Amino acid sequence: MSRARYKGADAGSGTFSGAGFAVKLVLIALVDALGVFGVLAAWRAGSWGILAAMVALLVAANWVYFTKRALPLKYILPGLAFLLVYQVYVIGYTGYVAFTNYGDGHNSTKEQAIDALLVQNERRVEGSPALPLTVVESGDGDLGFAVTRDGAVEVGTADEPLDAAPDATVSEGAVTAVPGWTVLDRQAVLQRQQEVTTLRVPVSDDAADGSVRTQDARTGYVFQPVLEYDEAADTMTDASTGVVYTPNDEGQFESADGETLPVGWRVTVGFENFATAFGDDRYAGPFVKILLWTFAFAVLSVVTTFALGMFLAMVFNDPRLRGRKVYRTLMILPYAMPGFLAALLWSGMLNKSFGVINQVLLGGAAIPWLTDPWLAKLSVLGVNLWLGFPYMFLICTGALQSLPGDVYEAARIDGAGKWRTWRSITMPLLLVATAPLLISSFAFNFNNFTLIKMLTGGGPRFDDASVPLGHTDILISMVYNVSGLDGSAPRDYGLASALSIVIFVVVGVISAIAFRQTRKLEELS
Amino acid sequence: MTTATERATGPATDGPGGQVLRHRMPAGRWARELGWRHVVGVLAVLYAVFPIVYVVSASLSPTGTLTGSNDLFAQVSGVNYAELGDTKFWTWMGNTLVIGVATAVGTVLMGAAAAYAFSRFRFAGRRLGLTSLLIIQMFPQMLAFVAIFLLLISLGEVVPVLGLNSKIALICVYLGGALGVNTFLMYGFFNTVPRELDEAAKIDGATHAQVYWTIILRLVTPILAVVGLLSFISTFGEFIIARVVLQSESNWTLAVGLYGWVSSLLEANWGLFAAGAVLSAIPVLALFLFLQKYIVGGLTAGSVKG
Repeated sequence: MSRARYKGADAGSGTFSGAGFAVKLVLIALVDALGVFGVLAAWRAGSWGILAAMVALLVAANWVYFTKRALPLKYILPGLAFLLVYQVYVIGYTGYVAFTNYGDGHNSTKEQAIDALLVQNERRVEGSPALPLTVVESGDGDLGFAVTRDGAVEVGTADEPLDAAPDATVSEGAVTAVPGWTVLDRQAVLQRQQEVTTLRVPVSDDAADGSVRTQDARTGYVFQPVLEYDEAADTMTDASTGVVYTPNDEGQFESADGETLPVGWRVTVGFENFATAFGDDRYAGPFVKILLWTFAFAVLSVVTTFALGMFLAMVFNDPRLRGRKVYRTLMILPYAMPGFLAALLWSGMLNKSFGVINQVLLGGAAIPWLTDPWLAKLSVLGVNLWLGFPYMFLICTGALQSLPGDVYEAARIDGAGKWRTWRSITMPLLLVATAPLLISSFAFNFNNFTLIKMLTGGGPRFDDASVPLGHTDILISMVYNVSGLDGSAPRDYGLASALSIVIFVVVGVISAIAFRQTRKLEELS
Repeated sequence: MTTATERATGPATDGPGGQVLRHRMPAGRWARELGWRHVVGVLAVLYAVFPIVYVVSASLSPTGTLTGSNDLFAQVSGVNYAELGDTKFWTWMGNTLVIGVATAVGTVLMGAAAAYAFSRFRFAGRRLGLTSLLIIQMFPQMLAFVAIFLLLISLGEVVPVLGLNSKIALICVYLGGALGVNTFLMYGFFNTVPRELDEAAKIDGATHAQVYWTIILRLVTPILAVVGLLSFISTFGEFIIARVVLQSESNWTLAVGLYGWVSSLLEANWGLFAAGAVLSAIPVLALFLFLQKYIVGGLTAGSVKG
C-alpha cells in the first residue's frame, strides 16, 4: 500500500499506482471488449447511428482513462455516458418524434415501407412451374431453399437471393446434398415448420422478380408482388389494375382518386400533432379537460396533504404529549408503503359492490367511488391524501422545531392571540421553509402516473370520445393511452411525444420558478 | 405557550429539568391542552393504519375474494401465501430485488464519483456541468417513455440484451437518471467534508483515487445509504418504464405483475394480491422504519439545501 503510494507520488499525476492501475486496466479491457462486440454487432445490423455513438463512447472512455489531462472526467464519465444515452438523447428524440407521424402505419423508413408493400402484396405467378425444393441450412444456421429451376440447382436464403450451385447432388429429382450447406431431414423441417413456411427466398436482387415460397417443404412456387415500384418516377403501380400511386406529404402512396396503400413511412409533419392535441375534435375536448384536471389534481394534492400534515404536526408539536413516538411511527406507515401497492389496495377497498368501505364502514351502501366522474376524482384525491400526508407531517414537524422562539415571545408581548400568531408567524415561516418541497411535490403529482393507472385506470371513460381517455386521466396517463403501447388504441408515437413536450414545458416552467425561489444557482460556486 | 404552562404549573414540576408536567394536572385542563391531541392522534393513526390492517386480514382470509375479505380476521389461514408459490410471484420478487439493488448500487457509485469530481476538482466547464445537470434533472425520464421504447427497439436489433424485454436494459435506463438529483444531494454533503483531510493525505503521497476510496467515501457513508435507499425504493415502485420495457411475464417486476392481477379478475385474485402486497411491502417498510431518521433527514436536507 505504502509503496504504491510513494510510487504514485513520484509519477506526479498519481494515476499509475500498482494495484489500482491493474484494476483500471482490467476494467477498461472489459469495457473495450464489450464495446468492440457492440460495434461489430452494429456493423452487421447496419445501424450506423448506434455504431457512431458506440465508437464515440469507446474512444472517449479510452482517452479519458489513459490521459493525464482529464482527471475530473475520470469520475464523471460513467454516469455521464448513461445520462447522455438514456436521458438527454431520449428527451431530444421525444422532441423529434413529436414533429413526425411515427406510429401505426408510419413505422419505418420509406425504403422499408416500399419493401413491406412489395412483400405483403404477393401472389403466385400464374402458370409458373412447381419447383422441386429442399430446405437447407447454412453454416450460420440460416435457413435456405435449394430449388431446381430449368434443370439447374440454385440456393439462397432470406438475405441472399438464389444463386447457382452447380456442384449440388441431385437424385430422383430432389437435391440431396449441397457443398457448404446442410440438408435438413424431415424431422428437422417439422421442428422448424413455422420458419420454413414463412421463409421467402428472393429470386434475384430485384424485389420485383418475386421470391420462392413453400408450404410443404417439397415444392416451391415463385410469388411476385402485385405492386410494382418505379424507382425513377418514385411511384407504385398496381400490376393488376394499373392504378398508379404517388407518394404524398403524409408519408403514404396515394392514387389519383385519394386511395392510399396501407403501409406508410414516417415523415416530419411540423406542428400537426400539436394542432391535433389542441384543435382536433376528438382530442381537443378531452385534452382541455385533462389539462385542467391535472393542474387541479396536483394543486389539491399538495394543498390537502400539506394542510393535514401541518395540522397533525402542530397537534403533536407539544413535548408534554406522551407516546409521540408511537403516534409518529404508526402515522408514517402509509408513506413507507410503495405507492403502487397502496393504489391497488384502495382500488379494491373502494369497489362499489364488494369493497370494504361500502360494505362494512358504510353499512352496505353502493356508492360508485371509482365509477362516477366526480366521486372518482374525490377518491383519487382521498387516496393521495392518505399516501402523502405523512411526508408533509414529517417535514412540517422538522420545520416547526426549527422556528425561532423569540418571534413567538415578541408576538405574545404584542398581545397576539393563538389564531393571530398562527396566521402571521407560524404559517408564513412554515411556508418559506417548505416551499421548495411543496413545489417538488407538485411536480411529482403532476406526473403521478402510478396512482391514476392503478386506482381508476383513468376511468370512468368520457362518453363523447372515440379515444381511450377518462375523467381522472392526467396528462401523463393520456400520453400513455395515446401512445398505444398497452395495445388499447392504435399506436401514435407522434401525438404522444407532442403531449410529452407539453408536459415538459409545464414542468420546466414550474421548476424554473422553484429555482428562482431557492436561488440554487447562486449556491453553486 | 410551553413556557407559560411551565410557569403556571411550576410547583408541580417534579421531573429533572422540568419536562414532565403531566402529573397532577387538573383533568379539565389536561383534556383541554393534551387530551384532545390524543383524540386527534388516535383518529389519525386509525386513518393511517386501517388499510394496512385490512390488507393483512385479507391476505389471511382463506376465501380469497374481495367480499370474503370484509370480515376482518374472521378466519385466519396461510392458504393465500402458499398459493403464491404456484404463481410467478417469487420470480417477480427476485426480478424486482435484482433490478432495485443493481440500480441502487450503480446510482451510488456513479453519483458519488461525479459528486466527488464536482466537489473537489476545479476545472473548466464545472459550473456549466453543474448547471446542465440541474436543468436536465428537472425533466423526469419517465416522460420520455415513448422515446425510450423506440430507442430500445433499435438497440435490441444490434445487441438484444440492451433491447426490449431485458432486465439489463431496464437497469441501464434507470441508471440514466443516476446523476441529476442524486449528484446534488451528494455534492452538498461532500462539500461539508473538510478539504484539509484530503490535502493532508495528498501531502502524504495519496493519489486522488486513494483519497476518494479510502477517505471521502468512508466519511460520506450516511448520504450514500440515503441515496442508495431512495434509489432502491423508487425503482421498487416504478411502473411505467418497467411496463413498457419488460414484456414477457417472467421478466416482470412486482409493480407490473401485481397490477396485472388486480386489473384482470379483481374479485377472484384478491386474496392472492393481498398476500403478495404484504410480502412486497415488507422489505420497503422494514428499510424505511429502520432508517427513517436518515431518509427524512436526507429528503429535507437535499431539497432545501440542494
